[in-house]
Amino acid sequence: MLKVINGIIAVVAGVGGALVLYWGLNALVERLPERSEERIKPYVFIGPALVMVTIFLVYPAVRTIYLAFFDASSENFVGFTNFVELARDRDIRVMIVNTLLWIIFVPAISVSIGLAVAVLADKLRARGEKLTKSIIFLPMAISFVGASTIWRFVYDASKPAGTDQIGLLNGIWTAFGNDPVGWLQVRTGSFNDFLLMIIMVWLQAGFAMVLLSAAIKNVPDETIEAARIDGATERQIFWRVTVPQIWATLTVVFTTIVIGVLKAFDIVYVMTGGNFETDVIANRFFTELFSFRQNGRAAAIVVVLIIAVIPVMILNIRRFRAEEAR
Amino acid sequence: MSTSLPTAQHTGTRPAGKEAERGGRGTAPKGGLEGRRTVVKVVLFLICLFWIVPAFGLLVTSFRPPDAVRTSGWWTLFVRPAEFADMTLANYQAVLDAGMGKSFVNSLVVAVPATVIPILAAAFAAYAFAWMRFPGRETLFFCIVGLIVVPLQASLVPLLQIYSRVGLTGQFAALWLAHTGFGMPLAIYLLRNYMGSLPREILESAKVDGASHFQVFWKLMIPLSVPALAAFAIFQFLWVWNDLLVALIFLGSGDNQVVTIALSELIGSRGQDWHLLTAGAFISMIIPLIVFFSLQRYFIRGLTAGSVKG
Repeated sequence: MLKVINGIIAVVAGVGGALVLYWGLNALVERLPERSEERIKPYVFIGPALVMVTIFLVYPAVRTIYLAFFDASSENFVGFTNFVELARDRDIRVMIVNTLLWIIFVPAISVSIGLAVAVLADKLRARGEKLTKSIIFLPMAISFVGASTIWRFVYDASKPAGTDQIGLLNGIWTAFGNDPVGWLQVRTGSFNDFLLMIIMVWLQAGFAMVLLSAAIKNVPDETIEAARIDGATERQIFWRVTVPQIWATLTVVFTTIVIGVLKAFDIVYVMTGGNFETDVIANRFFTELFSFRQNGRAAAIVVVLIIAVIPVMILNIRRFRAEEAR
Repeated sequence: MSTSLPTAQHTGTRPAGKEAERGGRGTAPKGGLEGRRTVVKVVLFLICLFWIVPAFGLLVTSFRPPDAVRTSGWWTLFVRPAEFADMTLANYQAVLDAGMGKSFVNSLVVAVPATVIPILAAAFAAYAFAWMRFPGRETLFFCIVGLIVVPLQASLVPLLQIYSRVGLTGQFAALWLAHTGFGMPLAIYLLRNYMGSLPREILESAKVDGASHFQVFWKLMIPLSVPALAAFAIFQFLWVWNDLLVALIFLGSGDNQVVTIALSELIGSRGQDWHLLTAGAFISMIIPLIVFFSLQRYFIRGLTAGSVKG
């Protein structure tokens, strides 16, 4: 009970404090002479937001790049040592291959499933469409940890051969007369990586579906009608009329999921902790920072991450510019 | 599909013609169409099955007695329906007492201010970006759009150093501030696009009546922007509630730990006790699921406005 009351007090204080800040700032500005008020007010409005962004995003990002050239305790300058060490590490090479697999497969599969459901569900009656979409969309509300728990249970291999299995996958597998398998340890063909990727796809396909579905519904009917009158088949209409018109959305969804994959650490952390050669970049960052206390190397990994997202950043700004110009 | 579609017009209300067109799609011979429809249904059914069964297994298991969970798969329940009589809430009781209940409160204490504060700050900024003129406006806004994709990992090492210097690690405020900063670019972007799409006349007539920017903001912009505010609020709330990384680094485990940490620790320490893990997992999901399903429409609107552009 005390916990709850303390909680409520904390919440009120936090929210109230923010409100008072704006009210106070504004009262201050309104006292100024009218001319300078008009000039200063915009900065009062954007000020706090800008301060937050600077303290929590801009400054730390710059500082991280700086720290990447320092040692574990961030005290001595070491040049490119962190990067060289990382490049030499055999585990890191496995990690890079895994991360690339994730970047290639997770967005591709998520987008394919999302697109398939968006297109196919459109052919159902309204109620069926809604139900289908809700089901695919549902994991979007679930945390990575929660989803990992769900799938860890599916992959469970705690029961020896000859006993009833409690994990669904081994349940199905043993039903065909096989011995249970420790799925998360199967390295053949990066099998365990794909088991982890399934979780990410399971979480992200709904996102792809919602955006693609909205884009498809925005495709003007006239273009489809015109193609149909010209004798195009449904398949031709889809690939030659619909897809080109939703291309912008497809790229957005794809890049968003790529970025999500780069940042996602929870799944690997919860499922394997990066063992069994399943490590990915975001989990490696956490290991370096928290388990090894290697601030420099953690920062070096982030530098790689930042370089990886720069193209997307430029793309975003360009897209936004183009829209504003129209 | 034309210009930057503002959220207001972007609710995906399907053009009237589309419904009619859908009914009149029967140009192909009847049999082929029916056959194709069945294929569509089967494919969708299989995908849905893949999506729903793992989660369903978790839910069912959380109500089964520990011994049953340990010795048989959850699906046996449907082979031996007599077991339904054994369903229990004891797992929930056990896991709530084991610290999940406390973490649940902590998650709320973290998530509510970490949702409200960024909205407040972003709404003010968005208003200025949309309706006030000042030097550097465009450049600043482009920078903010660019920041949306910066991985938050980039912030963690220096922030951790700052936090430990000022003694913020382990405090709720550490997470409120961090999430406010991390959520800000997207919030400003979404809200500015929405506010910028509102008709200029409303604003100008209020100005003529002598209202200050502050009054226009509170009395006009906020009420008119409710759909966009709600969309971002849901986003941010789900994001904060479901976050593990930021909480793990700034809050850690202990008295103030949130549900995601509690669950991941439970997996670490009692990884085979599925009766506890399933109940714990479900407790960690219940609030997001409620928020999500009751406000799904706003959420989808926010998603589409944020990303389906041009």
